[in-house]
Amino acid sequence: MFGRSAIVNIRSIGHHTVDAVRRFGYASRFLALTIAGSGASFRRLRLLIRELYFTGVLSLIIVLVSGLFVGMVLGLQGYHTLQTYGSESALGVLVALSLVRELGPVVSGLLFASRAGSAMTAEIGLMKATEQLAAMEMMAVDPISRVVAPRFWAGVISMPLLAALFSAMGIFGGYLVGVVLIGVDEGSFWSQMNAAVDFRNDILNGVVKSFVFGVAVTWISLFEGYDAPPTAEGVSGATTRTVVTSSLAILGLDFLLTSFMFRGF
Amino acid sequence: MERSALDLWVGLFVCAGLGALLILAMKVGNMTSIGLGNHTYILYANFDNIGGLKARAPVKSAGVVVGRVASIGFDNARYNARVELSIDDRYKFPKDTTASILTSGLLGEQYVGLDAGGDSVNLGPGEAIKLTQSAVVLEKLISQFLYSKAAEGDTAKK
Repeated sequence: MFGRSAIVNIRSIGHHTVDAVRRFGYASRFLALTIAGSGASFRRLRLLIRELYFTGVLSLIIVLVSGLFVGMVLGLQGYHTLQTYGSESALGVLVALSLVRELGPVVSGLLFASRAGSAMTAEIGLMKATEQLAAMEMMAVDPISRVVAPRFWAGVISMPLLAALFSAMGIFGGYLVGVVLIGVDEGSFWSQMNAAVDFRNDILNGVVKSFVFGVAVTWISLFEGYDAPPTAEGVSGATTRTVVTSSLAILGLDFLLTSFMFRGF
Repeated sequence: MERSALDLWVGLFVCAGLGALLILAMKVGNMTSIGLGNHTYILYANFDNIGGLKARAPVKSAGVVVGRVASIGFDNARYNARVELSIDDRYKFPKDTTASILTSGLLGEQYVGLDAGGDSVNLGPGEAIKLTQSAVVLEKLISQFLYSKAAEGDTAKK
């Protein structure tokens, strides 16, 4: 009896592993096909610009507003902690480094996954459910290069831009609270920030992070949409999975990238 | 959505994003200050004790940043620390320059300070600074102070 249930358990572990590997392989093949079929989205820029509008421009409001508020909260909290050590002039360094290195790419990535990623999944999932993708194939139009690839490149391009805007907005928020509201010396706020933030080590690494997150989030959202069961239930499940999986992917990748980029200092 | 309006919005978005990156590079980062890229030369300095000096710490002369600490290693021939300094090409220092490890503020970061001497010949790339002064180790300073106090007490008794 015990032996039998053990065998069932082991079998289910094996089943899940095989399923995960198969799915990952399918997803990788999907990514390779997308990149291979992306010529059309650069030859016909109209497709790319349309998708840039939907993924990038429409995510602007939420990214800018959250950036501003994250920066303002960092300014407030950082001031209260630094004040106890009499080093409130380091507020600029605290705000800038935490935004540029971590919060900018990660928080804008999470926002991007829930704002643009879920929309992409739902759109492609519905296109599949209503057999629009199949209709395109019937007309000898490759749905991957016509529908998927422009969305992929739009996501990859807009994510670093959104992260940079988030960081810049956050630093402005920190400046508003720290200098304008509380009255930290403006000169030391900017000059200490200038001295501590390195272009290559901090800012470029932040850009690399946001680029990686952009690829991961867009890939996950497009694949979930493309792979969704063609039912209302299937599309809603795929949308949920997109947000959960891409958020977890962002956090995991962030830890990995940070441990490679910022060790030693 | 009108085609031209779409273009306008996307153009604005891309420009704003690139502008934000530029602001980060110029205003927040130190792109505008000394570019320590390929226009540097290397100097070496041996210190008996480097204290808490780290790689990438600034090298200052008269309070101005003139370079950065490139790397720190242990010299197994002399049993002391060998510090590699990368100095901006624009600045030359005389042969009898003194390098010392200083601290900015009481608890601040440590940096290398260069005091120029009076020699007419300048240090070339790859040369070593002969005159060095180690970092101040607080424990040694306190024990010195205590010893001198104890010695004072002895002489007062006599």
